[in-house]
Amino acid sequence: MEKIFKRCQSLYDVPTHYCPGCGHGIAHRLVAEVVDELDIREKTIGIAPVGCAVVAYDYWNFDCSEAAHGRALAVATAIKRVHPQNVVFTYQGDGDLAAIGTNETIHAANRGENLSVVFINNAVYGMTGGQLAPTTLLGQKTSTSIEGREKKAHGYPLKISEMLALLPGVCYIERVSLQSPPEVLKAKRAIKQAFENQINNLGFSLVEILSPCPTYWGLSPKESLDWIRDVMQKEFPLGRIK
Amino acid sequence: MKILLSGNEAIAQGAIQAGCSFYAGYPITPQNEIIAYMAKHMPSSRTGVCRTGKGQSQGVFIQAESELAAINMVYGASAAGARAMTSSSSPGISLMQEGISYIAGSQLPAVIVNIMRGGPGLGNIAPAQSDYFQATRSGGHGDYHLIVLAPACVQEAYDLTQTGFDLADRYRVPVMILGDGILGQMMEPVQLSTKKIKVSLAKSWALDGCQGRKPNIIKSFFLREGALEDANLKLQKNYAIIQQKETRYEGLFLSDAKVILVAYGTMARIAKSAISQLRSAGKKIGLIRPISLWPFPQQPFSIKNSRVKYLVLEMSYGQMLEDVRLAVGGRREVEFLGRSGGGVPSEEQIINKVKKIL
Repeated sequence: MEKIFKRCQSLYDVPTHYCPGCGHGIAHRLVAEVVDELDIREKTIGIAPVGCAVVAYDYWNFDCSEAAHGRALAVATAIKRVHPQNVVFTYQGDGDLAAIGTNETIHAANRGENLSVVFINNAVYGMTGGQLAPTTLLGQKTSTSIEGREKKAHGYPLKISEMLALLPGVCYIERVSLQSPPEVLKAKRAIKQAFENQINNLGFSLVEILSPCPTYWGLSPKESLDWIRDVMQKEFPLGRIK
Repeated sequence: MKILLSGNEAIAQGAIQAGCSFYAGYPITPQNEIIAYMAKHMPSSRTGVCRTGKGQSQGVFIQAESELAAINMVYGASAAGARAMTSSSSPGISLMQEGISYIAGSQLPAVIVNIMRGGPGLGNIAPAQSDYFQATRSGGHGDYHLIVLAPACVQEAYDLTQTGFDLADRYRVPVMILGDGILGQMMEPVQLSTKKIKVSLAKSWALDGCQGRKPNIIKSFFLREGALEDANLKLQKNYAIIQQKETRYEGLFLSDAKVILVAYGTMARIAKSAISQLRSAGKKIGLIRPISLWPFPQQPFSIKNSRVKYLVLEMSYGQMLEDVRLAVGGRREVEFLGRSGGGVPSEEQIINKVKKIL
């Protein structure tokens, strides 16, 4: 019988440390499939963030570096400038990319660094135990917004992708979701586009992925996917932003 | 060939001579000549692309958006195998401490220049030596060290920057060049060197794509039980070798001295002027000038004469003083003269203090 689904060469055969229903495993696999399909495993350098995905290099079978919290795009900028022939990407969560690292994000984008960014938006801090994130929705309860995010106290969910789309150095931005299998396929196409843009020297590309965190949303994995569709996607509409 | 350079320019020229292939920095006084010199003189800095192949030392220059970005760019460039440097002055170096800790924890080589100014806080832009503790006591979090080199003249600033790159690569540690605003700004003739880089630049651990090998990982995160302790012990073993092999100092008139002045950098130059006046008046005064502040040179403090006294001079309120006391171990008297916040102990103040001690 023909094998039609197999492990990617860019993924190690190891058990996952992620919670049941977490989106990171899917997103890691999508990156690995894209790297395999573009045949760039031996040219790829990934930057792992601080957050739940800090040990992404335990799953990916290619060169990787850590970065301090929020500094992935400063690290990636330097690696890509030193090795312009390599394919360099960052994988960052919402706290990393849109709170502590906002400055590095904006300036790497504004310099038009020829990089690909995989931005996981799950509207919460996962690794530290479910605190308010810059992308937490109004009314969403977290351990530091106990009554729910309130605009006067916490401000509004930050739409960093729309902000970055204003910058001339940015080539491509798309928001996708892991809410259903068809959306997962669209997410993979967007990641592939971001990598291809870099290979074609087109500049800064970012894919924002709405990703489930059942543990800190207090929902089951199935309910989490429904919540992305019914609530999160209303605040963060899907599609090509630039 | 000799050319006239400021201390800041000499550090930049020394870096280029040493094959520095990546520089990122953020403007701050009194070190702005370094970033300007690197922008102007790094080959191919306009293209922003570094070609490391075939021995071509073409470089990347980036003006970063902050010191945080600058030090993390140095982290990335070093992880990618480049000879990487940044420079700043005291408040900017404070901002870099997290990144320096990551560089040390990830065993990456890098050169970090601190042209010190007055503090604390925004302080002022006058010369100072009040970042000694921060430089020599792992200024960020965790048990780590930088090799800290303190030039006292423009020629030495040029030479030690090159030495710094070699030491960084040999031991895979960050090296700090610690100067002050006077050293950075003053101009002196510099003999340009033609010496070759002394260590191998091949870095099998660096990130350049895993073609024909297993993936390389640059990290300082060790969650498994015992793994972080193992990583720390590895660092400590390296530091022990550095302490054994890499102490540097200058000693003057140590055989007959009754009072030995201890000073580094700019302060040591003023001490030398005071010594020459005192010796021409028949006073037996010597000098120990630590050149490596970490590892601190203990050896010159083992003077047999039990009546010898030490006078520590600093442009701070007593930081290196603690290392001198540790080196002397309570066996001899240790006196101190220091000013800070832009104040610099004068020759006269030193001479008066020596006369009181004698």
